[in-house]
Amino acid sequence: MIKLENVTKVYPDGTEAVKDISFEVQKGELCVFLGPSGCGKTTTMKMINRLIPITRGKIYIDGMDNTKIDETELRRNIGYAIQEIGLFTHMTVAQNIETVPALKGWDKAKRRKRAEELLELVRMNPSEFIDKYPNELSGGQRQRVGVARSLGADPPILLMDEPFGAIDPINRVELQSEFLKIQQKIRKTIIFVTHDIYEAIKMGDRIALMKEGRLVQYDTPANLLYRPKDEFVEGFVGADRALKGLQLLRVKDVMTTSPPTIQAKDTLEVVRRRMEHVGIDELPVIESDNSFIGWIRISDLKKGKEIGDVISPLTITLTVNAVLNEALSLMLSSGLKTLPIVDENNKLEGILTFDAIQEELHKAVQTGGS
Amino acid sequence: MRRWLVLFILIIILIGLTVWITNMGQIGIFSTFTYGNILHHSKDHLIMVFWAILIAVAVGVPLGTLVTRPGFNKLSPLVLGIANIGQSIPSLAIIALMAIIPISLLIIDFGFNFKTAIIALFIYGLLPILRNSYAGMRNVDPAMVEAAKGMGMTRWQIIRKIELPLARPIIMTGIRISTVVTVGTAELAVLVGGKGLGTITFTGVFAMEPLLILQGAAPTAFLAISLGFILEQIESWMTPRGLKIKSEIS
Repeated sequence: MIKLENVTKVYPDGTEAVKDISFEVQKGELCVFLGPSGCGKTTTMKMINRLIPITRGKIYIDGMDNTKIDETELRRNIGYAIQEIGLFTHMTVAQNIETVPALKGWDKAKRRKRAEELLELVRMNPSEFIDKYPNELSGGQRQRVGVARSLGADPPILLMDEPFGAIDPINRVELQSEFLKIQQKIRKTIIFVTHDIYEAIKMGDRIALMKEGRLVQYDTPANLLYRPKDEFVEGFVGADRALKGLQLLRVKDVMTTSPPTIQAKDTLEVVRRRMEHVGIDELPVIESDNSFIGWIRISDLKKGKEIGDVISPLTITLTVNAVLNEALSLMLSSGLKTLPIVDENNKLEGILTFDAIQEELHKAVQTGGS
Repeated sequence: MRRWLVLFILIIILIGLTVWITNMGQIGIFSTFTYGNILHHSKDHLIMVFWAILIAVAVGVPLGTLVTRPGFNKLSPLVLGIANIGQSIPSLAIIALMAIIPISLLIIDFGFNFKTAIIALFIYGLLPILRNSYAGMRNVDPAMVEAAKGMGMTRWQIIRKIELPLARPIIMTGIRISTVVTVGTAELAVLVGGKGLGTITFTGVFAMEPLLILQGAAPTAFLAISLGFILEQIESWMTPRGLKIKSEIS
């Protein structure tokens, strides 16, 4: 889909920003350009849509040399989102999203419909936001509009330059997860530039790790973490690479399905015997329809006579698609060693224990990823 | 609200003064100008200002834009410097200069006439427009320009759809300032064969009759204030809505 062949950028003052880089990005893959600032990752990305002219080498898009394609035509067929978002403040959300469709000459009704579709896609209510101006939106909402705008004319390729860089950490994690969900649906070929290793591991199908203009390792996140090619990669992914690997695992990979449970109608005597029988000190309580209502701990059994007296109602729940580092940080912050996994209707699907996470991590480091 | 009140009172005073002097009919041995005269000279005054500003906009906005383009930005100190000189020469001198410097003679039959006055006023009014166009275009967030470029807008489309609308409020401010100043400067046009309310004022000056000077000066001030006010409204009306929201929030 996108093929770089001996790509080199030398600036007029002699600085070699990018040195002889070659690799290929497959159709429908999200490829992260990762590296410390000044490593040439943004320069490389901008050579793809020719915002920066290439010095030597070739970039092929679908087999076509990109210097043979008309500059504006090329850019209109490649979505572009940047860190400062660059939303046009004098235009409404709709006008922003419709920028490329308008340049391509779509008629008004079709453009409007597209803008509505895209707002739905980034989970913003069209009727509420479509005629708002960027200055009326929060940072996160602007970022979403930025993503929607880059998808305006449904380009097969997206270039994203630290698209979530200006967002606070909490919202960033949420936007990343949402964007991954969107990517599941749209399956674009994406170049995603970041300096954040966590973001790279979470987002990338493949990561191109760069250093001083050179491509150091082009690999899957797991291989980058567990099979670093050299000391630089090892240093960059950090000593806590095992922890970072948590981002590669989802709750569904490690949870215990059909765990021992307690029915809400059980007596405390039944509960006690059951706990002794399975050897677990805390068990989830469910209604007869399998919906989760809380926990019972063995230490709490003496505190009352009925389940209602001793149950700890728990609002902290996870879904099967949550990544493990979220699960772990929830455990650490709540002090719980076991978390309930529920579906969107609050039906219990399983439990996640601290021990299971530890075991999985140990396995990953031993075998060098999966 | 208080600004509006001050403005209103000023305008009442200026109209009052004009009416009062005009109704005198006679000051000492001089007869005052008639309402017809005042209207006629006001019209000439406005025509001169109109043409001068029109040319200044036609030259200043493109030139101000041009010197923000890569490749031309090295010229910006030079261009702004020349415009600065244009304004720092006393207005009377520039008007006189225009009448005599050969280059102006080469273009058209300048000499002491209406056109000379307009060219002189243009030179004098160019700077605020040029400077604000330059500042307005430079003020546009580079991220927006880059996004526009990356999405496949041509250079011309970026200027027309992104940069000019965003710079418009600042450019309009320059045009307003320039207009108000030029209305005042245009008083001097009569000295180089121009027309306008200066005719009345300078009759007063030569007659050494303060009231007659006032009869020209008061309507001039009235024109300057009213034009400034009207242009301010246009400015606010021309500011893109999305930009006003920002100023309301912050």
